[in-house]
Amino acid sequence: MAEPEHPREVRQLRSRWLILVMVLALLAPLVAPTWGQGRATMIVTFKDDVSTLDPAIGYDWQNWSIIKSISDGLMDYEPATTTLTPHLAESYTVSADGRTYTFKLRRGVRFHNGREVVAADVKYTLERVLNPKTQSPGAGFFGGIKGAAAFSEGKAKEVTGIRVGDKYTVSITLDKPNAAFLHTMALNFSHVVPKEEVAKLGADFGHKPVGTGAFRVKEWVLGQRLVLERNPSYFLRGRPYLDQIVFQVGVEPNVAFLRLQRGEVDILGDGIPSADFVKVMGNSKLNKLVAVGDQLQTGYITINTQVEPLNDVRIRRALNMAIDKSRIVRLINNRATPANQVLPPLMPGYDKDYQGYPFDREQAKKLLAEAGYPSGFRTTLYANNTDPNPRIAQAIQQDLAAIGVRVDLKTLAQSTVIEAGGTKGGAPLLWSGGMAWIADYPDPNNFYWPILSCAALAPGTWNWSWYCNRDVEKLVEQADAMVQPTQAAARAAKFREIYRKVMDDAPWIPIFNERRYTMHSARMGGLPGLFVDPIHIPVHYDEVRILGR
Amino acid sequence: MSAYVLRRLTQSVFILLGVTLVTFVLLFALPADPARMIAGRSATVETVTRIRAELGLDQPLFVQYGRYLGRLAHGDLGRSYAQKVEVGELLRSRLAATFWLMLGGIFFELLIGLPAGMLAAVGRRGRVDRSVMIGAFLGVSAPQFVVGLLLLYVLAYKWPVFPLGGYGSLAHLILPAVTLGIAGGGWYARMMRSAMLDVIHQDYVRTARAKGASETRVVVKHALRNALLPVVSMIGLDFGTFMGGVVIVESVFSWPGIGQLAWQAIQIVDIPVIMGVVLVSAMAILFGNLIADLVYPLLDPKIRYG
Repeated sequence: MAEPEHPREVRQLRSRWLILVMVLALLAPLVAPTWGQGRATMIVTFKDDVSTLDPAIGYDWQNWSIIKSISDGLMDYEPATTTLTPHLAESYTVSADGRTYTFKLRRGVRFHNGREVVAADVKYTLERVLNPKTQSPGAGFFGGIKGAAAFSEGKAKEVTGIRVGDKYTVSITLDKPNAAFLHTMALNFSHVVPKEEVAKLGADFGHKPVGTGAFRVKEWVLGQRLVLERNPSYFLRGRPYLDQIVFQVGVEPNVAFLRLQRGEVDILGDGIPSADFVKVMGNSKLNKLVAVGDQLQTGYITINTQVEPLNDVRIRRALNMAIDKSRIVRLINNRATPANQVLPPLMPGYDKDYQGYPFDREQAKKLLAEAGYPSGFRTTLYANNTDPNPRIAQAIQQDLAAIGVRVDLKTLAQSTVIEAGGTKGGAPLLWSGGMAWIADYPDPNNFYWPILSCAALAPGTWNWSWYCNRDVEKLVEQADAMVQPTQAAARAAKFREIYRKVMDDAPWIPIFNERRYTMHSARMGGLPGLFVDPIHIPVHYDEVRILGR
Repeated sequence: MSAYVLRRLTQSVFILLGVTLVTFVLLFALPADPARMIAGRSATVETVTRIRAELGLDQPLFVQYGRYLGRLAHGDLGRSYAQKVEVGELLRSRLAATFWLMLGGIFFELLIGLPAGMLAAVGRRGRVDRSVMIGAFLGVSAPQFVVGLLLLYVLAYKWPVFPLGGYGSLAHLILPAVTLGIAGGGWYARMMRSAMLDVIHQDYVRTARAKGASETRVVVKHALRNALLPVVSMIGLDFGTFMGGVVIVESVFSWPGIGQLAWQAIQIVDIPVIMGVVLVSAMAILFGNLIADLVYPLLDPKIRYG
């Protein structure tokens, strides 16, 4: 095709424009840096890439909190606590039989694309998670909704238990009461997403997520950085405090630590490098930059209750008495406190009067002899091969050797250890450290159903003890039926009873509860609790601020 | 010549097919289930089963491999299990950084290795030779993690001449490239030394000396050129290995190269990404070798491909 001839004036005009544009382009670098300067930008470093930000799919400790800042659920937690509070919901009611929850939505909450959130979005979101095509790891949390199973199996077009009342009302009916149900409405998986964006972006939605959250994705350079910017129309007034968060990925923790001291980094996403931990905590200048708190975590050894001779409860109790937990805690520079039960201290239902099994080698040997193994036996311990887990596994090996139990260590990649644990008879003993584990929600039943229940007694689950006690299971079902707020104390008492019974069966050796140590730059501000928020790792992005702004 | 290149390229296709098959079988045999890794701790058995079916992991090996090849033929490398991003996009995002690090690494390897090797050869058995060889030995055996962190600590933290890791400018490239250069330079020095020693006793070198050519001219003009042949094939190999990613150096310097991608993918059994990285590295190695072979005739006219 031939170029159309332009009159001379047009050509002249064009070249003038060109010159103007070029001059502007030359000036741009002089002006550009000042645009960002008045803004509060927090820099967080991570070693690994940030994976998908689709709330239905993202399920690692790193993207979990980022997703929380991009999208919202009907429920949430008060910052720095484990206290549930209505969030996208303005209020909710529970029916007398405890099976139906009715949520009233806040009005005027908008997605990042400008459209208002309505009740139908909640239904769409939950059905999307339950749809096998979505491949959501969270589908199981919503299996208790009436009609969910039929929908997942493709036998029904919709989940009958989720009903849209009017524009701002949605009610959810369960097959049976579940006291932790409101927690599942705070899980990322139930964070409300707009149907039209999911349809438009398809599989790329996780890379260009659209939610209602305090931040939205501004830029994402794979392998280098993810930049979130403040959502100016976020529905919580005055939030977030920051204008921008830059997640720099691929940064080795040692280097991140140096950069933080030079003022180039605000938060060490992967924590303080273990080689520098003692130095930091002993340095009066550096330890001021470390927030310390508890977390919803228990490190434990699973004892396979279906493998000889561990199927004898006396043997399992003996093993419980053989481990010197305080030595293991010292091995990790006291970054934890010894544990004697399943639940961590922060969890409702934690039993502070429970003594647990004492560290008593003589008693342990006696139990072994009673069980017919006076000279011990040989078994295998699986553990993750990342530091400090091999060292911890060796300490366990030595402790067990002291009562005559000879342990072969298998320190392997995380995926292989998980596979061994989920295979019947695969792992006699398994140290749980380094499995990228975080509590899903702060309810005591979260420590039961996925990892200790008869319901999870199947290949491929995380019930690595292959433990099942029908009496205990009945008690947990009873506790889960105590859904009214007035029953909270009674329910916590019930869980104390439940976990005492579990410890009597000794399917675990609880070792320690890890503490959180978050290192941040001196310019970061906000309540100390926000930097060790039990729900947000490493920090509560919506609530922290930069001082002097 | 072009017939030779064509033949080599055809061979390469079969080699690549073999590489994908072997990798696929190995990943299949791995005692780890990607569906379980995705499903996480709280997933029910049904969730894991459904995810496995959605990914096609419940199919027999040959069906999965067939599907993979079918997609590959259309240039589709699949989507990452973890990131849900197309593998092609993930690889593309890492390729430029990988390329620059490869270039920088080879540059410093040669800059350190070649002169050192030549000096050692010329001053054979002398003090220079011994110091070069000890230096080369240290360079080769020092862990890159230590060398890299040391360089960072001294030249970026204590005296901030260079940035503390990252990617984006020439200044970012220097330290990681030097780290690679220190390790690889040792190999090159040793190789250069022995190649020079081989050549220096040849008749044509003696002839050159007899003609009265200066020592510099003898070494540079007559000996060096012929001693370079093994170096060229070494560069070809390095091209391949570096393009396949240098995990440790990339980690230490926060360099967004392909090695980091591979390492993360292996941790979580992200099969499509692992397959993609293996394919790219294999291609780079084949390409590097081909280029090296094509450069030979330019250096040594005796070599000719029919």
